[in-house]
Amino acid sequence: MTITKKQITFSQAINDAIQTAMAIDKSVICYGLGVTDPNGIFGSTIGLEEKFGSQRVFDIPASENAVTGVAIGAALDGVRPVVVHQRSDFSLLTLDQMINNAAKWRYMFNGIHSVPITNRLIVGRGWGQGPTHSQNLQALFSHIPGLKVIMPSTTYDVKGLLLSSVFDDDPVIFLEHRWLYNQVGLVPEGDYRIPIGKAKIINKGEDITVVGMSYMTIEALNLIAVLSENKISCELIDLRSIKPIDSKCIIDSVKKTGNLLVLDTACKFGSVASEIITLVVEECFSYLKQSPRRITLPDFPVPTSPALTSNFYPQDLKIMEVISEMLSKKINHQKQERPPISMHDIPGDWFKGPF
Amino acid sequence: MNISIAENLYKQLLKIRIIEEEISDRYSEEKMRCPTHLAIGQEAAAVGVCASLNNNDYAVSGHRAHHHYIAKGGNINKLIAELYGKETGCSGGKGGSMHLVDKNAGFMGSTAIVAGTIPVGVGLSLSQKLKSSKNITCIFFGDAATEEGVFYESINFAALKDLPVLFVCENNRFSCFTHLSQRQPESRKIFQMVSAMGIESFECDGNDVISVYNMANQITKTIKNGEGPKFLELHTDRWLEHCGPNYDDDLGYRSKIEIKKSRENDPIKILEKKFPELSSSKKNSIKKELNLLTEQAFVFAENSNFPPEKEAYTNLYSQ
Repeated sequence: MTITKKQITFSQAINDAIQTAMAIDKSVICYGLGVTDPNGIFGSTIGLEEKFGSQRVFDIPASENAVTGVAIGAALDGVRPVVVHQRSDFSLLTLDQMINNAAKWRYMFNGIHSVPITNRLIVGRGWGQGPTHSQNLQALFSHIPGLKVIMPSTTYDVKGLLLSSVFDDDPVIFLEHRWLYNQVGLVPEGDYRIPIGKAKIINKGEDITVVGMSYMTIEALNLIAVLSENKISCELIDLRSIKPIDSKCIIDSVKKTGNLLVLDTACKFGSVASEIITLVVEECFSYLKQSPRRITLPDFPVPTSPALTSNFYPQDLKIMEVISEMLSKKINHQKQERPPISMHDIPGDWFKGPF
Repeated sequence: MNISIAENLYKQLLKIRIIEEEISDRYSEEKMRCPTHLAIGQEAAAVGVCASLNNNDYAVSGHRAHHHYIAKGGNINKLIAELYGKETGCSGGKGGSMHLVDKNAGFMGSTAIVAGTIPVGVGLSLSQKLKSSKNITCIFFGDAATEEGVFYESINFAALKDLPVLFVCENNRFSCFTHLSQRQPESRKIFQMVSAMGIESFECDGNDVISVYNMANQITKTIKNGEGPKFLELHTDRWLEHCGPNYDDDLGYRSKIEIKKSRENDPIKILEKKFPELSSSKKNSIKKELNLLTEQAFVFAENSNFPPEKEAYTNLYSQ
């Protein structure tokens, strides 16, 4: 059987994943603020209500905590809810239900219950999203035993990982970076699953291990050609799954390269990057040729004005600089690797805000 | 009401009373090593409501849940074993008194965060509606839960979606030591407030099991007829301290008159008075049967094994 593939955007791939899940299994439902809006969560939920009806696809009152509890209760009775938050920041209102209930019910009732819910959280950036519309909460959620945390980077992965999340029997936090939404990729039609807990080696290499997640993987990917021209062999790992984390993939790579750089979309203190470096130091310290490094956001809330954000988000040039330092090698990079954009605070000219 | 219903109500009341008193008596042995919120005095609320439900209806509850678990038909051996932290407990020793479950009885779970199971119960009822089930969900909580934000969110959602759910507020007027008058405006009634939010609401003497049963039965029928969510406020009294096995009348946070009144409003005495047809010999035989059941449950718990330590590291994820 040949599987048809098509070129679609990240946003369309999410939409495709939900449609595929809802067609396979009647117990899948999808709701959240804006799910049935004309814009359908940046296109990711457009057409779902028309196709599957308002019993299974609906907008909600601004009651993030209750609707999370509702998802948990429905899940205890066999429903598989997909709950959407247009900005991850609003999921902070769900922490009581997510941490005290979703993360606990399987364990504290000793396996009698399971809580198959998927929370889609969209991470904002740029165009002045500012302090409360651009938080990266992966470290916070992955700290909690009982939750799974996913951060896809590619259009192919987002569909396969979302399908795996919806049909996983545990609560999943699914973090989608807004700047990835327009990324185009070749995506198979129908159902395919990417296993949760498996990282992906995007580029094989010998000199340095770079571990990325979400949009930071894309920043690193932009560099691979330049690094290669400079005879630097970079092993780029896309984490994909924050929790459970693919320790083996990271450790095997560091054993080979002896150098580790971690790229995190969040701020530094207590970050996933910190966890990865700890893991490597504990598990394969003797293989390290030097201190591992991490590139993160500053330990500050994200400011709004473009004047304040011009250097707030580390980009590919920063990654290149750190790799150059770590390998004591000058890197020539005359070529502009990506199309020029009008301003630093947008991913491309396709993004005109407002959010 | 026929005698067999009254007899069953009596039996359920007494079952909770005897078990709770036995827990209270034995708690100082320090074998039940978990925070325990006893329901002595509040039995009629659980019994009257659960008697209107069937085994396939769901119930959830909060930190004080023994009476709901028992009235819903939860397994007694597994309850006591759970308090003892044994592997035969309903939650394998991972939950304790505040985290009870018996799916076979439709008791879907209780947990300790005030109001935490209210949206969970609403979610169960959403699933029942999606499946066009004939069953409903009953959510038990106390007066303090109506002060949590998620309570209002849940009431609104249930009203909006017209869900088959019965909210039961056991108002014992105290959140730990703090009287309702220090927490909510005195002129406002909880059930009237909920009524204003769009859910038909009722109140009832929660110590009179016959009134509770009659009202709950009526309400349950209307929910099952598709008339949407309902709210029932039951006025009752907690006899013991908020958490633990003892009376705390000496602390003075409840007036002597209030304490005296609560003992006079003993749900068991009220039922006996309302139903003189219950003969002493019948009552004695029920009591004997329940004493035996309770004794057997404690023996079962004492004789059960503790879970192996490695069990602490199981059942976190499905795979």
